[in-house]
Amino acid sequence: MSTTNGSNDLSSEMEVDAFRRLFPLRFYERHLLESIRPDGRPLGRARDTTIALGAVASANGSALAKIGCTTMLAAVKLEVMTPKLESPDEGCIAIDFHMPPICSPLVRPGRPAEAAPVITKQLTDIILSSGMIDLKELSLVSGKAAWLAYLDIYCLDADGSLFDAALLSAVAAFSHLQIPVVSLNDNGRIVLISEENSGAMWEKEPVNKEKRKLKLDTLPFSLTCALHKNYILADPSAEEESIMETYLTVVLDSSLQLVSLNKPGGPGLAQTSAIQDCVALTIKRVKELQKILNEAISDMEVD
Amino acid sequence: MDEKREDGRSATQLRPLSCTRSVLNRAHGSASFSQGETKILAAVYGPRAGTKKNENPEKACIEVIWKPKSGQIGKAEKEYEMILKRTLQNICLLNVHPNTTTSIIIQVVNDDGSLLPCAINAACSALVDAGFPLKYLAVAISCCLSKHEYCIMDPNKLEEEKMKALVYLVFRNSILSVLDEGSKQEGESIENGIITSVTHGVMTVNDYFQCLEQGRAAIKPLSNFLRKKLQSKVQSDVSIAG
Repeated sequence: MSTTNGSNDLSSEMEVDAFRRLFPLRFYERHLLESIRPDGRPLGRARDTTIALGAVASANGSALAKIGCTTMLAAVKLEVMTPKLESPDEGCIAIDFHMPPICSPLVRPGRPAEAAPVITKQLTDIILSSGMIDLKELSLVSGKAAWLAYLDIYCLDADGSLFDAALLSAVAAFSHLQIPVVSLNDNGRIVLISEENSGAMWEKEPVNKEKRKLKLDTLPFSLTCALHKNYILADPSAEEESIMETYLTVVLDSSLQLVSLNKPGGPGLAQTSAIQDCVALTIKRVKELQKILNEAISDMEVD
Repeated sequence: MDEKREDGRSATQLRPLSCTRSVLNRAHGSASFSQGETKILAAVYGPRAGTKKNENPEKACIEVIWKPKSGQIGKAEKEYEMILKRTLQNICLLNVHPNTTTSIIIQVVNDDGSLLPCAINAACSALVDAGFPLKYLAVAISCCLSKHEYCIMDPNKLEEEKMKALVYLVFRNSILSVLDEGSKQEGESIENGIITSVTHGVMTVNDYFQCLEQGRAAIKPLSNFLRKKLQSKVQSDVSIAG
């Protein structure tokens, strides 16, 4: 890495690392003038993304998603419950996002992170409003039994763009989800049919014949962009987020409809042209993420 | 779908607004803001010495506490607090009082739709009442999209539940300038930026930009209302001791 100390004052004598810590904004602006970021990415490119399905063997569906260094582990566990009276044909999804102290030096054991409940609420709103999952698919016996899906997402490393990685891991976990085979036993309760004695269970009619996957309509994908003066940085890292405090998250689904556009304040204003550029970057990112997810699913099926 | 809404308003008409300043006499600043039946009470305490942990001591720190009308504080309240805090960080001059904390408490008195925009307007009025240094006012509006692709402004709770998508927008207040039209060019581009945008529900990208344009147009009457109400009143009451 070449040390480009272009400024003429006392900072020209300094090492790059010291300059980065003492004058972070100038360090970044020096890079933005050349349309590049300190980690070598061009402004519109997101970090390398990987998805690994089935990371948690005991869960019904799970995924580990990494965007750069930000790592999220999502797992779905299914439980039988009685459906609500107003919607006897529908199941339920409960989403929880955790930021344990392992993820960042700013999160301490006694003090929960401020971002955690906010991201939980945003994920819940988006997953339920985007129509990805038809809750009627989670129904077992109308009015008596339905599935309650607990989705837990753990942040293992918080390095910026937490919401993007969390949404990606949630979508991947639901793609991997397999609903187990159950049957109604004599007491009228639902029991799980385990693999070993599936032969003996045939006299008790299974409620669903085989393990099935959920049919997912449109998958929502998101991109967070940091806005700084006239520059738009896609997928900011934690350092970039703390310096340029203004960011905008766009969530699009597979048919490129806008599921959510969230700009929660911040010191900078967003012009209409900046929003349009962010939407264009998100459209590109949705295609990338679709490909990565499809590759991960086909890898799983080969095994 | 009929053009007329249930309460007889047109698509871009706002509900009757009302704003009362200095309703609480112990708080450094307070305001009660209502849009139709939605009513919010905001109180400002500060600046007080010291910042919270993990906050930058070279700037003033803003803390928001949201109290719902009933029920426990849950994730929705935390989200509102975060959005409000970041919106107010945009409009406040944070360098004037470094190493201080200002607390803004929002109490929901009645919720009849457009809760977040009403809260932002109330918080802004309370900050002006407290004399906190601000760059400009934040003016918030909500608009929702019906299934038939037209948008209506300032929905009440029934309308919000029927609509397919909802957008909350916060702009800076429109500029009332004594300069002539020629020099308005610069002002136009600054006015165009949005401070905050929160959406719920699925819509197309073009619908969103259409809502943005309509929201920008609807800001003018709201800005004028706030400007009239927040003009400094005669200081006949005793100054509140910090």
